[in-house]
Amino acid sequence: MSDKQIIDRLTNAFAGAGGIVDSDGRLHSRLAALAERQGLLDVSYRTVDSPLGLLLLAATGQGLVRVAFSCEDHDAVLARLASDISPRILRIPRRLDEAAHQLDEYFAGKRRAFNVPVDLQLAHGFRRSVLEHLRRIPYGVTQSYAAVARAAGNPSAVRAAASACSHNPLPLVVPCHRVVRSDGTTGEYLGGPDAKRALLAMEAAA
Amino acid sequence: MTAWALMTRTNHRESSRGHSQTGRPVHSRHAAVRPFEEIVAEHGPVVMRVCRALLGPADAADAWSETFLSALEAYPKLQPQSSIRAWLVTIAHRKAIDQLRGAARRPQPAGELPEVPATDAASAGESSMDDELRAALDALPAKQRGAVIYRYLADLSYAEVGELLESSATAARRSAADAIASLRKHFSKGAKT
Repeated sequence: MSDKQIIDRLTNAFAGAGGIVDSDGRLHSRLAALAERQGLLDVSYRTVDSPLGLLLLAATGQGLVRVAFSCEDHDAVLARLASDISPRILRIPRRLDEAAHQLDEYFAGKRRAFNVPVDLQLAHGFRRSVLEHLRRIPYGVTQSYAAVARAAGNPSAVRAAASACSHNPLPLVVPCHRVVRSDGTTGEYLGGPDAKRALLAMEAAA
Repeated sequence: MTAWALMTRTNHRESSRGHSQTGRPVHSRHAAVRPFEEIVAEHGPVVMRVCRALLGPADAADAWSETFLSALEAYPKLQPQSSIRAWLVTIAHRKAIDQLRGAARRPQPAGELPEVPATDAASAGESSMDDELRAALDALPAKQRGAVIYRYLADLSYAEVGELLESSATAARRSAADAIASLRKHFSKGAKT
């Protein structure tokens, strides 16, 4: 028996062993449960299907911290969360089941407000004030960037208000799509202008 | 429903174009920090192979979870240039020692991989496992077993194996060669009986 035959026999015997890691996700679930119990989990995430494509949902212990459209590149968004919040990130769908369920209801026209805890730590200063204000714009109502700047405490910061909307870490849940240009055109959106038009049309029709 | 379908079709076209218009960077400057989930997905299988080879199928699952739990704890402080695979295999090596030490009736010398109880493989009833190989691996001295597993199942360099076993690359190479010679002897003996 050559060395190579012996090494092949060894590697072949364990070649399939790695497969059981993914076969039913049992080990991953156990790791996730242990990590949660020991306070070692900083961010959990899942994806959810929507009429606007696959959405990424991420949460800290405080609440929902990020909603991302697929055009934002989910891998890049997770890498960004790893550096901005913590690399202790695991995919744990059940921790985001409620948010996913409420988004389903929203897209089905059965929900007008989201009732999940949110974590706004990714927005600072004026941007954060803008997000706090956006949360109070009701379903089906639109507001101009100028009005948002005023409501967030700085009437002259219209461009900064627009920038806060275009960097909203929680689109849909913090409804930046309800902010439009003063001339009535929809303006830019994280998920693309068509997505914004479709959301406004859905809310207007309901 | 139709409105959504229509919108989604146009959205894909718009979004790829609209993205560069907003000037939002597609690639993060911080992409070097990888989410731990990626580490589990990429290295989970190799850690499982190592745990199974060291401990047998019955105890491998515990060792796998313990390895990744310890890794998760230390991960934010890991040096960016470290070999993640070598780092994980080192943790798995220590977890296997802990597990075997906990299970052993008599105390084991520090830093050594204690012998695996020969009943492990049989009790787990794993049909795909090569029983003769299991017995041959279990019969190896701890250093040899470690060297051959870390070199050939984890694909670490002899330098990495040497560091992991607290010896040298030369010693690791010798241990792996000795292990292969012992396995050969074991198999040829088995073939005759």
